[in-house]
Amino acid sequence: MLELLWLIPILPLAGAAVNGLLGRRLPKALVTAVGVGAPLLSLLVALGCLWEYAHGQFPNDAYDQVLYAWTTGDLSIPVAFLLDRLSAVMLFIVTFVGFWIHVYSAGYMAHEEGYSRYFAYLNLFMSAMLMLVLGNNYLVMFVGWEGVGLCSYLLIGFYYDQPFPPYAGKKAFIVNRVGDFAFLVGMFALFANFGTLNYHDLFTTIATQPGLVTDHYTMGLPLASFVALCFFVGAMGKSAQIPLYVWLPDAMAGPTPVSALIHAATMVTAGVYMVVRSNVIYQLAPGVSQFVAVIGAATAIFAATIAIAQTDIKKVLAYSTVSQLGYMFLAAGLGAYSAALFHVMTHAFFKALLFLGSGSVIHAMGGEQDMSKMGGLKKYLPSTFRTYVIGALAIAGIPPLAGFFSKDEILHAAAANGQWVLWAVGLITAGLTAFYMFRSVFLTFFGSFRGTHEQEHHLHESPPVMTIPLWILAAGAVVAGFVGVPKVLGGIDRFHEWLQPVLFHPGQPEMGAGTEVLLIAIAVIVAAAGIFLAWRAYGGEDGLANERAWAARFPTLHRVLANKYYVDEIYDALIVRPLAVLSRFFWKVVDTYVIDGTINAGAYLTELTGDVGRFSTTGNVRSYALYFFVGVLLLGCWIAFG
Amino acid sequence: MVPISWYLMLAALLFAIGTIGALTRRNGISIFLSIELMLNAANLTLVAYSRQMGDRTGQLIVFFVMAVAAAEAAVGLALFIAVFRSRRTIDVNRLNLMRW
Repeated sequence: MLELLWLIPILPLAGAAVNGLLGRRLPKALVTAVGVGAPLLSLLVALGCLWEYAHGQFPNDAYDQVLYAWTTGDLSIPVAFLLDRLSAVMLFIVTFVGFWIHVYSAGYMAHEEGYSRYFAYLNLFMSAMLMLVLGNNYLVMFVGWEGVGLCSYLLIGFYYDQPFPPYAGKKAFIVNRVGDFAFLVGMFALFANFGTLNYHDLFTTIATQPGLVTDHYTMGLPLASFVALCFFVGAMGKSAQIPLYVWLPDAMAGPTPVSALIHAATMVTAGVYMVVRSNVIYQLAPGVSQFVAVIGAATAIFAATIAIAQTDIKKVLAYSTVSQLGYMFLAAGLGAYSAALFHVMTHAFFKALLFLGSGSVIHAMGGEQDMSKMGGLKKYLPSTFRTYVIGALAIAGIPPLAGFFSKDEILHAAAANGQWVLWAVGLITAGLTAFYMFRSVFLTFFGSFRGTHEQEHHLHESPPVMTIPLWILAAGAVVAGFVGVPKVLGGIDRFHEWLQPVLFHPGQPEMGAGTEVLLIAIAVIVAAAGIFLAWRAYGGEDGLANERAWAARFPTLHRVLANKYYVDEIYDALIVRPLAVLSRFFWKVVDTYVIDGTINAGAYLTELTGDVGRFSTTGNVRSYALYFFVGVLLLGCWIAFG
Repeated sequence: MVPISWYLMLAALLFAIGTIGALTRRNGISIFLSIELMLNAANLTLVAYSRQMGDRTGQLIVFFVMAVAAAEAAVGLALFIAVFRSRRTIDVNRLNLMRW
């Protein structure tokens, strides 16, 4: 089965090709069969490969499959896939969650224009994402990295006939370019110093001779720090960290399953995967690691505060995603790489679930996303309601759901490293997370309906093709945490032990069992308090009454939060506008006067010469003869006297 | 024996007459004849030098020139006939359509 590893990314690519090239002429059932069938086959092959990998013995504990030599000569980079303990986890997340989101899409997009185009893009995304996680060197990862960026752009701008989605797509693409540039520079630095981009070669060299990266300097930084910083800037773009997070909330302009698959479960976690993959380098760059942790924590709390004041249900989830990604980077920066990846996995389940649940709500509401027009939906959408609450409990960190275990591991890592400030930030964020998630639960599903009668009349539970994926992901959100139960709670941290061989670092500091239990209890109490506060504030008949009262009491605070700290406006003033002015200058002045001017001057001179010179062309043959004679005379003089 | 300078002077005279004729005549045929005169002036120079230096290559080239001149005369006359048929004139001052 393992020799079929290459099929995993190729199958969705084939699906994308079929639907992209022929989809418009195929019947809808066939488009669905191809669009959902390709990820299903991919999932089955992936499961087979994973089963065989888990039961086999491999050199270096990894299965390496070289497909062909991409380049020759000094720059030797093969197209090769690698299944090791790290890519195995990502492979499972991407194929499993990806497949169920495809199934859901078949229901959600059933009545949309461009059904086949949608599935072509979504399959292409799966292919690129699998390439990203399966590549055995940074360049193959980068190909996937750019591929998912392209698909993200295409799918955000899916509703291209409306004004906002194409704008949001361009914004996502351009902001990501900033990060991608840094990623490229980091790769160049690695290649220039080691002559390879292969993970295994690079990491064993660096792990056995750390001096190579700590004693060599690039642009004033040790090579390890330089590369780590470049890679993290790349991750900032893709994984939406301060200051490059601004594209992700706008990316909600795409269809909701896209938000679930790309902008919650898989693509945005690519940055975390990349940092965990490069853990050898980060281990040798403690300063950059601390920076990663601080940025992660700052992003986590910053985005969580914004999420509180949003009324668009998808915006709440978008900022929640930014915040949870911050959590993952907090863990990665602290050296708790397995905790970071654990949170990637649990987050993939519950955040995909929450997004799909919000999609089900939006579907029932006829496209309405504003929670202030919802309310009391639980009796109309029972399955959606139950699964959404499971997802909300999981993200809030209520035991024994998945989010509890992964979030606890991150907070534990902060505490065990003595980073109490980061721990406190993480804890407050956990409380805020519980609060805003249950705010959205109460505003959407409890109280009385605030929409129009027309909307109320049309309220209906989604078809099984949409609710079954919800229940599957809900099951994942419940049980996914049990692979990483902390020892102090009587479990075996299987997830951590599974990943240990690919993590080159010595492990996390231990702390007393009593302290650990106390910290877990505090985290749970904070989460419960967040839920309780949300119930007190929004649990009433008219959930928004309290919020309006609070907004009236603290108008400035509410305005700042509701407007997302005016970050978009600040970027607009500091970066976008100056760039636009500069571009205008180059267009109106440099292009018009310097470039066009030079060419026009040349043309004018030519014309002037012609205007004067044409008088010599009299049409009279005798004057030509005279010119000829004078010419011969001059030539003769030149030969005789020259 | 007649010194070579005489031949050269005669050739120069013929060439000058031919040049002036080619530049001043308006009748196409006359221009043509003038050009023939110039060619033969050159031939005379070649023959004179050939004789002077005892090298027959010069006379050989004269034959070439005469052959080319004959071909040129044939083509030129054909052109003038064609022009005359369409314009009813071979006055080169009136054949001035090809200009700006």
